[in-house]
Amino acid sequence: MQQFLAVLIDAVNYASWLFIVASGLTLIYGVMRILNMAHGSLYALGAYTAASFVGFWSTHGYFPAGVFLMLIAAAVTVGVIMGPLIERGLLRLLYGKDEIVLLLATYALFLILEDVIKLGWGVDAYYVSQPYGLLGNVTLAGLSYPLYSFVVVGVAVAIGVGLSWVLNGTQRGKLLKAVIHDREVSQTLGINVSRYYMVTFTVGAILAAIGGAFTAPQISVSLGIGVEVIVLAFAVVVIGGLGSLPGAALGALIVGLARSLAVHYWPAVELFCVYFVMALVLVFRPQGLFAAPELRKI
Amino acid sequence: MKLRQLYRACCALAIALLSAAPAGAQDAAPIKIGIVVFLSGQAAAPFGVPAKNAAELMADSLNKGGVLGKPYDKKGFGGRPIELVFVDEAGGTTKQVQEYRNLVQRQEVDMIIGYIGSGDCLAVGPVAEELKRLTVFFDCGTPRIFEDASYKYVFRTGPHGVMDNVALALYTLKRNPNVKTIIGINQNYAWGQDSWNDFIESMKALKPDVKILDPQWPKLGAGQYNAEISALLAADADVVHTSLWGGDLESFILQAAPRDLFKKSLVVLSAGEHVVDRLETQVPQGTPFGARGPHNYYAPDSELNRWLRKSYQERYKLTPIQASYKMAQAFLGVKSAYEKAMDKNGGKHPDQDQIIAAFEHHAWEGPSGKVEMKLGKGHQAVQGTAIGTVKHEGGKAVAADIERYAAEKVNPPEGVKSLDWIKAGFK
Repeated sequence: MQQFLAVLIDAVNYASWLFIVASGLTLIYGVMRILNMAHGSLYALGAYTAASFVGFWSTHGYFPAGVFLMLIAAAVTVGVIMGPLIERGLLRLLYGKDEIVLLLATYALFLILEDVIKLGWGVDAYYVSQPYGLLGNVTLAGLSYPLYSFVVVGVAVAIGVGLSWVLNGTQRGKLLKAVIHDREVSQTLGINVSRYYMVTFTVGAILAAIGGAFTAPQISVSLGIGVEVIVLAFAVVVIGGLGSLPGAALGALIVGLARSLAVHYWPAVELFCVYFVMALVLVFRPQGLFAAPELRKI
Repeated sequence: MKLRQLYRACCALAIALLSAAPAGAQDAAPIKIGIVVFLSGQAAAPFGVPAKNAAELMADSLNKGGVLGKPYDKKGFGGRPIELVFVDEAGGTTKQVQEYRNLVQRQEVDMIIGYIGSGDCLAVGPVAEELKRLTVFFDCGTPRIFEDASYKYVFRTGPHGVMDNVALALYTLKRNPNVKTIIGINQNYAWGQDSWNDFIESMKALKPDVKILDPQWPKLGAGQYNAEISALLAADADVVHTSLWGGDLESFILQAAPRDLFKKSLVVLSAGEHVVDRLETQVPQGTPFGARGPHNYYAPDSELNRWLRKSYQERYKLTPIQASYKMAQAFLGVKSAYEKAMDKNGGKHPDQDQIIAAFEHHAWEGPSGKVEMKLGKGHQAVQGTAIGTVKHEGGKAVAADIERYAAEKVNPPEGVKSLDWIKAGFK
């Protein structure tokens, strides 16, 4: 029983991290129909910027809890700079083109941003573990867990609730839904679709950067961290259904649970379990668990 | 008639002079060396860039001549300056085979020194034979290179990875003779699987009643290890073995240390030196770690070692780590073999076959001590090694309780496969 509880805790922790990254990816796809491969680079940029900000804060000896503000500040900085830059500078020029063209363009951007990171931060790894150890540990199911892991769970829940509220409970959210439903009709009704696209992409970029920023204290921030993340995030949104926020949440939980079960009971299949679950879901629900059937326009 | 003879003599002299001119030019011509190391991706920071730095340092120092003491005081290789061509090792084996062909056929390099990934070494070896170009592996760890094949043009100047885990098992048992259970966390690819197998087989050979628990197999570059750490904590084993490296090992330590895994079990790092060097006191005290040979913390106090540390520090403001030591070792190995071949050739520059003949069964002094090409029909180096534990001293991490192991104690004899040697009780 104790071990199963540990499985659940590890599953929720992992799922929370996955959801933070996948929510941005699915939001951008849901609104703009762009499978953003550069999401992994925005995640990495968030991690590197957080490492720099937290390093600066700690070096100057400011109050310790401020490192959490630095994580958020890093994510917002990356999102606010990179989001409009990418959307206005590149994606805007490709709207109306085939989805595969946009996919290739964002993949090219992903490669370019990897080199930008190398230019900016060099090849050396960074580590900023101050926030990770700041809150201490808690013992659950007989095992010691850092409280920081539960902060990440809190951030994921806040993002999920916040996005749902904005989409369903505000006027702007309802207008965004109209844009999702039909871009052309929305434009004729006077909705500034272009601005909604830019804001959506920026929010998605901030979410990717939050994922990176809140992961930075747990890992060695080094080249290539965005690659692994983008593959997992794609698996999550495909399981949940492309463009569906509840789908991303459920997908993250399924992947988290599958991985945690494998690690605890059958470690040799850990490498394979996420993709096995994805394949299993796609056999029965090719559009993912939550994606609504699409109307074909003639 | 005399005029004709004179004309012929003049022609012969002119031909002799003309044919001598290119020879003279060749004497001064630089030796072009392809250096293949990771310059991007996650292996760049811990291995690729430190190795590249060492290659540049060695080339520049040797080209000046007289910077290193005897027997390395001669300029370049036997007087010929060294010219480097760098290639990024990232991108997988297919790309590396293509890059190798480019280096040989388009760039026309005289030799290649490089390769950190075992998969790359396994893929490039047969191509080196096909293209007949001297190729020196300086770092990759798999023993399969010369245990499964025989090469003429391929050499490896760094010992293979078996000794890392044999020495670690000897060290672990000497300091903790009552070990009953072992578990591991290793990356799920050749390096991680081979390291784990070598370690547990060594432990079983040394202490047959030891119990091996189901190990963790995270993927390369996983980064997140919280579930694995929970499983390791729950297993409550006496020893946790890991061959994780670079960012993966750093992430694992950053996540595992606050959760007291290092207090609950003895976590042993088979190749942790480069991470101890970076994380310093974040690596808990008393953690045994290897350096893939007697490098960095374990290097002898020799003139060569002092020179490498001082020059590297001055040039890059960093400490040379295992990859830097191994690159310097490769350069000195090739240089000494080249000059040995040159001596045998009556002072003339040797051709490739003569260098190869001199390199086989060669021995030389590197910054980490003596290196001998004793395995793989004289193509595979052996070296002694050392293991120590992390000690915090003045805000830094140093190696304490260092145990040294002679090369023959931690390497199989010629002609015997490593795993067979371990399973037979190191006989």
